[in-house]
Amino acid sequence: MSRILDILTVLLIVAGVFFFLAGTVGLLRFPDPLTRLHALTKADNLGLGLIVLALLPRVAWPFDALKLIAVWLFALLASATVGQLVGRIAHEKGLDS
Amino acid sequence: MSAVVGVDLALIVLLVALAWWILAARDAFAAIAGFVAYGLVLMLAWMRLAGPDVALTEGAIGSGLSGLMLFGAAARLRRKGHEAATASPSAGTAMRVGVGLLCAGVVAALAAIVLELPEPAPTLAPQAAASLGATRLGNPVTGVLLAYRALDTLLEKVVLFLALIGVWSLAPDRAWGGAPRIPSVESHGALRLLAQVLPPFGILVGIHMVWNGADAPGGAFPGSAVLAAMWMLALAAGLTRLPAVSCRRLRTAIIIGPAVFLLVAFAGFGLAGAFLAYPDGWAKPLIVAIELPLILSIAVILTLLIAGPPETEVRP
Repeated sequence: MSRILDILTVLLIVAGVFFFLAGTVGLLRFPDPLTRLHALTKADNLGLGLIVLALLPRVAWPFDALKLIAVWLFALLASATVGQLVGRIAHEKGLDS
Repeated sequence: MSAVVGVDLALIVLLVALAWWILAARDAFAAIAGFVAYGLVLMLAWMRLAGPDVALTEGAIGSGLSGLMLFGAAARLRRKGHEAATASPSAGTAMRVGVGLLCAGVVAALAAIVLELPEPAPTLAPQAAASLGATRLGNPVTGVLLAYRALDTLLEKVVLFLALIGVWSLAPDRAWGGAPRIPSVESHGALRLLAQVLPPFGILVGIHMVWNGADAPGGAFPGSAVLAAMWMLALAAGLTRLPAVSCRRLRTAIIIGPAVFLLVAFAGFGLAGAFLAYPDGWAKPLIVAIELPLILSIAVILTLLIAGPPETEVRP
């Protein structure tokens, strides 16, 4: 059972790192602010989510696990807000065309 | 083991690269973005050195609040058209070479000292841990900060207070007694929502960090920084305004922390026979009594330091 959980953790972390990598490549390669923001959400939403999911079986239930989930939710909330702010400023300055 | 060494090496390379970026960046905003990232990587480095208390403070104060302060300063300079002056190097080649040599000398001297340290390095940690029982604290860092070396901590708070007086004294005469201003993004739905949703959690986390500081990593400074951040979020979203600096309640909040600390310190003469001494068995309650007003004062002072000198004119 613990072997299966270990394999699951490794797979989920590899998947999470892949999304972080994809997001970073997009951030560096995409041409304008809005598409770069679009690339960043891969890292925050999916990458961090998968890594949290990977760590869940390895921490004490309930408090440590809930703290990890809370960290993910706060990161989502913050990145969504910052995305809106940056997107609006880019739109107002006409950088999105 | 080798994977861990690889992570450490990657951290060191990142730190040096970011430090270089901060120095080499042409644009003030790019340099400050590098500084914030540098602080976050430094936080990871402190975690690797098993110093979670330092890591938390580095993240909250070194990276977060200092970064915000620098961004504010850069925005102010840009508004006033000083950007050109800050971006173009005005120092001559001889000056630059001189500064470079001086920095290299300091680095070499520090490296020599670190490499010359006896093995194991001299430490007071065993004594600090041995006497911790008398204070009923579980976190040796808090023991050092508020029991053994409380004088340093007291003076640190007074320095913060003096810094605020320094910032206020930059106010033009017409604005003296007025309110400082944190630039707010009026009528922005997303930021407004964040500023309404986040503070309850942020305030809980801030108080948790202070309360936890007695037995686990945390403490007054990072905890107050989180509280200050929540206030600044509400200010930036335009949900609330800073009171005028002449407001009596604001001034009370600023001095209450250092005042209670001083009161307890002087009471030590009568109760335990020395300045800043705690009577037997009273260390923990007295430390809590010092910390609670202190976090209020630190949070208010940090917010006001970020907000800068008063700007609005006083209505007669």
